Amino acid sequence: MQSVYIVGTGHTPVAEHWNRTAVSLAVEALQGALGDIAANRLGALYIANALGSAIGVQAQLGAAIANAAGLRGIEAHTVEAGGASGGVALRQAYLAVASGAYDLVAVVGVEKVTDVLDGRLEAGLALALDSDWEGIHGATLTAQWAMLMRRYMHQYGVAAADFAPFPVNAHANGAANPSALYRFPINADKVRSATPVADPLVMLDTSTAADGAAVLILAGEQLARELPGPRIRVAGSAVATDTLALHSRPDPLWLEAAARSSAVALQGAGISISDVDVLEVTDPHAITAVLALESSGFAERGTMVNLARDGAIQPTGSLPVATAGGCKARGDTVGANGVYQVIELVQQLRGTAGKTQVQGARIAFAQCLGGIGATAATHVLIAE
Amino acid sequence: MDLAKHWRLRGPRYRLEGQRHRSSGAVRFPPEPTTPQDAEEWEPYQLSGAGKVFSFTVVRQGPGSHEGQTPYILAMISLAEGPIVTAQLTDCDPQDVAIDMPVEMVTRRLTDLGEDGLIVYGYKFRPVLG
Repeated sequence: MQSVYIVGTGHTPVAEHWNRTAVSLAVEALQGALGDIAANRLGALYIANALGSAIGVQAQLGAAIANAAGLRGIEAHTVEAGGASGGVALRQAYLAVASGAYDLVAVVGVEKVTDVLDGRLEAGLALALDSDWEGIHGATLTAQWAMLMRRYMHQYGVAAADFAPFPVNAHANGAANPSALYRFPINADKVRSATPVADPLVMLDTSTAADGAAVLILAGEQLARELPGPRIRVAGSAVATDTLALHSRPDPLWLEAAARSSAVALQGAGISISDVDVLEVTDPHAITAVLALESSGFAERGTMVNLARDGAIQPTGSLPVATAGGCKARGDTVGANGVYQVIELVQQLRGTAGKTQVQGARIAFAQCLGGIGATAATHVLIAE
Repeated sequence: MDLAKHWRLRGPRYRLEGQRHRSSGAVRFPPEPTTPQDAEEWEPYQLSGAGKVFSFTVVRQGPGSHEGQTPYILAMISLAEGPIVTAQLTDCDPQDVAIDMPVEMVTRRLTDLGEDGLIVYGYKFRPVLG
């Protein structure tokens, strides 16, 4: 196995790109990521996309994007694992380079959601749940997280308002990100008084699905040394799965796939959890981040909201998350989220993250979840 | 149309039919696909329909198949036999619902799949009467 490095990143702003297709967004991000690297050196494209087929936008995005990018004939295909698609595609690309099958590949995260109305979008997103036992009853991802939030409040004696530091932090950071969907700060009072979407979840603690594309270029060790710029090594990589249906788990507040993939990725990188300087987790709602962080070992169970209240999740804290705005403020690009996450972490490790830079960041942790954590992909990045 | 799919699920949907392990007595719901060996160990078993609210929410933005029903109460129900099941609560208002509230199964219309589709019936839960 050879070492694998991230040698290029590119992305479009997260927005309502009414005049753009998924393919054109992907090509723009790919060209940005390649920079001076000749496109014909790429061996394969790994497309991360959750909803193209589900909401009837386009299947076979691999062929569509390869051709539009002038790479006719190249190996290219879609990796689908709901909201974990980005991380799982990164894992596939990592394995391809680590194995020596390719020396240069691209991970292309792309999502196009604004061509359909809310009902179809919700139905498409709900396909990440168990259709026969959850979806048929009208369950949505947001509703499932809302039920976990209420149960968490009951179990640990916390209030809905205690979750506010997550969206407040996301918006504070998103305001500094020129590519974010929402570039304005909010405060805890605004969160508290926001319209409910699935009680106890409110609008200001709920991400907005939006369009965007994000690309990573991965290279093997020798090629990475030839290229200029700081090298970011993919030091740990893991994917794990759990039951598709939330109700099938012995302890619904425990995200076993997050726990398992974190442990494997950290072990692969040869680091412990306290070595991590900056993190990205799936955070469409505070409860999602809370359960992911607790299950991954960053906090004792039932304590993450207290840590957040004390400032731990801010860029200056001990567990900085969502430094580019997270799903909430950067915008929720579903299958592409895992790629946007890694792009932000690469900037952190290069020291180019601007106002939300975590000082001295050297080790980063990226995790994305599909559905309610039925799939979890975790990566550890180390600056060399 | 999905005819075969909904027909295939008629036991669990209409009667809350799960499975019981022949030797340990463990109950599982939903029933899991059975291999020949599995079928020897797990027998069909109808659950009582009694349970308690594990958690719940009020869905205000539903998927297309449920858009006409919003707002509706979605819950996870801890069944008396052990398994948790996801279903809507009916015959009550959100302010009347609390975690651990006793509920019982009823059969209701789950969704109407449109002019060319089925009207799908199945289990919902309501507060225990009396």
